[in-house]
Amino acid sequence: MNAGILPYVLILPVTLFLCVFFLYPFVLVAQQAFSDGSNFTLENFREITSHWKFPISLKNTLLLAAAVVPVQLALALLMATMVTRMQKGRDIVLYIWTIPLGISDLAAGIIWLAIFDQSGFLNSMMSGMGLIDKPLNLLSYQNPGIVFLAIALAEIWRATAIMLVILVAGIGLIPKEYYEAAEVFGASPWKRFLRITLPLLRPSLQTALVLRVILAFEIFAVVAALGGTLFPVLMGETYSYQFDLLNNRAAAAMALIILAISIGFTLIILRVLRVPKGASI
Amino acid sequence: MTLLSKILGAASGVAITCTAVAAQAEVLFWSTQAKPVEESQAMREQVLSAFEGGVDYQPNDPGPWLTRLQAEIQAGSGTIGVLGALHGDFSAMNPDDLVDLSDMGVMSASETFNNLAKLGTDTMQYIPWMQASYIMAANKEALQYLPEGADVDALTYDQLIAWAANVHEATGEPKFGFPAGPKGLKHRFFQGYLYPSYTNGVVRTFASDEAVTAWEKFRELWAHTNPASTNFSFLQEQLLSGDAWIVFDHTSRLAQAFNDRPDDFVAFPAPAGPTGRGFMPVLAGVAIPNTAPDMEASKALVSYMLKPETQIATLRATNFFPVVDVDLPDDLPPSVQAAGNAVAKMSASADANPGLLPAGLGDKGGDFNRVFVDAFERIVLANQDIRAVLDDQKAALAAIMEETGAPCWAPDAPSEGACPVE
Repeated sequence: MNAGILPYVLILPVTLFLCVFFLYPFVLVAQQAFSDGSNFTLENFREITSHWKFPISLKNTLLLAAAVVPVQLALALLMATMVTRMQKGRDIVLYIWTIPLGISDLAAGIIWLAIFDQSGFLNSMMSGMGLIDKPLNLLSYQNPGIVFLAIALAEIWRATAIMLVILVAGIGLIPKEYYEAAEVFGASPWKRFLRITLPLLRPSLQTALVLRVILAFEIFAVVAALGGTLFPVLMGETYSYQFDLLNNRAAAAMALIILAISIGFTLIILRVLRVPKGASI
Repeated sequence: MTLLSKILGAASGVAITCTAVAAQAEVLFWSTQAKPVEESQAMREQVLSAFEGGVDYQPNDPGPWLTRLQAEIQAGSGTIGVLGALHGDFSAMNPDDLVDLSDMGVMSASETFNNLAKLGTDTMQYIPWMQASYIMAANKEALQYLPEGADVDALTYDQLIAWAANVHEATGEPKFGFPAGPKGLKHRFFQGYLYPSYTNGVVRTFASDEAVTAWEKFRELWAHTNPASTNFSFLQEQLLSGDAWIVFDHTSRLAQAFNDRPDDFVAFPAPAGPTGRGFMPVLAGVAIPNTAPDMEASKALVSYMLKPETQIATLRATNFFPVVDVDLPDDLPPSVQAAGNAVAKMSASADANPGLLPAGLGDKGGDFNRVFVDAFERIVLANQDIRAVLDDQKAALAAIMEETGAPCWAPDAPSEGACPVE
């Protein structure tokens, strides 16, 4: 077979798969979002954005992403540098740290619910130590701060590993010579991290951040388990339009808004962390 | 290949064929009701096992339930034989997709229910199957705190608030329980109980001055409500755990408490307000989609569901009451007796103000409920100004009524055309 055609033949199945199961449904969703059954309209978008919960769920989603992603980034960087320094047991530590990745997000939410619940581990521990007389209802509408904190904690616990894995792979690609040279010139470990690891890690940081930020805007199951209806987020509203209100046009419009936000942030991250041409390692 | 493996292969082949044939002959009963595992098990073993030909009873949430049904309808062919769902689930469907059941020769004993089952057409689109209602229940420990002169079977909202306050004071904890969780049926309390009791209406009076009073009263009650109520969806759990002593919920969502510890709890009618004792029924029905694979078997199953003995078996399995005239046996579970008595007292009370289920809303039923849930979240949880919230939500309600053109239903005064929000 002609070697020039071979690559295209090889990616053909995947391309077909994506077209049938991703692009085609996507076009249908976009059609639904912009139509009232027959005509082109923006009415669906007007309807969802004018609902009183929309600004709240938008704010909650962005706030959660803003709180969770930087913490995860810092943690993942720290963990990745630690792992690469290890001589022994590196694989085991890495496996243990990535366990949360294998757990579905709803299960993760329920695990944390078992901790924060009125009869949960945290309450029994506190009353066991004599800190409180009776179990507190932590996840109630009266403590929006704790609800937010619980969700953020669960998200950090659950999804830091996905950044970690990408960063560990990225750090492994950085040639040792740079570090050796820096050491010869007496650069401190912190300086080596700032001047060598971070800049050379840019492509991996880019990937990790893009992936993580997109997932942060899609947060749903953890919030549903821990916050119920107390903490509305965009994805939860999409679900309720589709299944509670049976309004699939509004749900489609909501999905497109989430997509637009994700694309916007992806472009920003790509731009900010761009790798200059020819500057790769 | 050895002889043994040949025989084994042949045997398993025969076995697979047999199961396939059996599975095909069974009627698929696709339902939104009796979803808890014990209830669906009871439906299969006690209610449907006697049906000739067998039934494959599959309950699901209303969302996935409708999604699969619509997919089959769009495809023009399907495997679902009989549908079981609430009136609200059916009214969200296009009546053309359901088989006309007028000539089935079975219907409920209630003319009101039979009319609801027409879904705005001239013919029966579903057959009423079973009914329930919402009641109050309390831990007997709470009875000692009843305000002076109050009769638990004829409470007013003011007395209920005083009672909940007494319990709160005596125990140091708010012990009223309200189904405000994500799956809780809070909207029905506002539509069928609070609004009729204070405003003698639901839609017309949505933003009236009386409605403001009603919400003020509810806020007073909320002050003595367990704040974890925003996670409560089945109050039987909180009755049993002691987290709530006085509760409001659907009869079948209280059943387990009465069945597990019949001597510890009492069931009683919902309270009354200035315009009577508002209450509302729950109605479930059975229907046949146009795409049913075996129409004869489906119709036979619908008739079977309406037989008196099936209705009594259904009552035992699900705590939903019969819709046909039956003589109830004496050995019913405690939950059924308690709920039956409370509902009977409620409907027989002198100030009874029975409401109807929302009708004519089509697929806007969810949006209609959301108006009330939103009002609750804003007024009670977010503590926003009642008048401002009602005026704001009123626009959403008016838009739904105009779009669907649904006429008023009781207790609202009848309307010509769409029910107006005044």
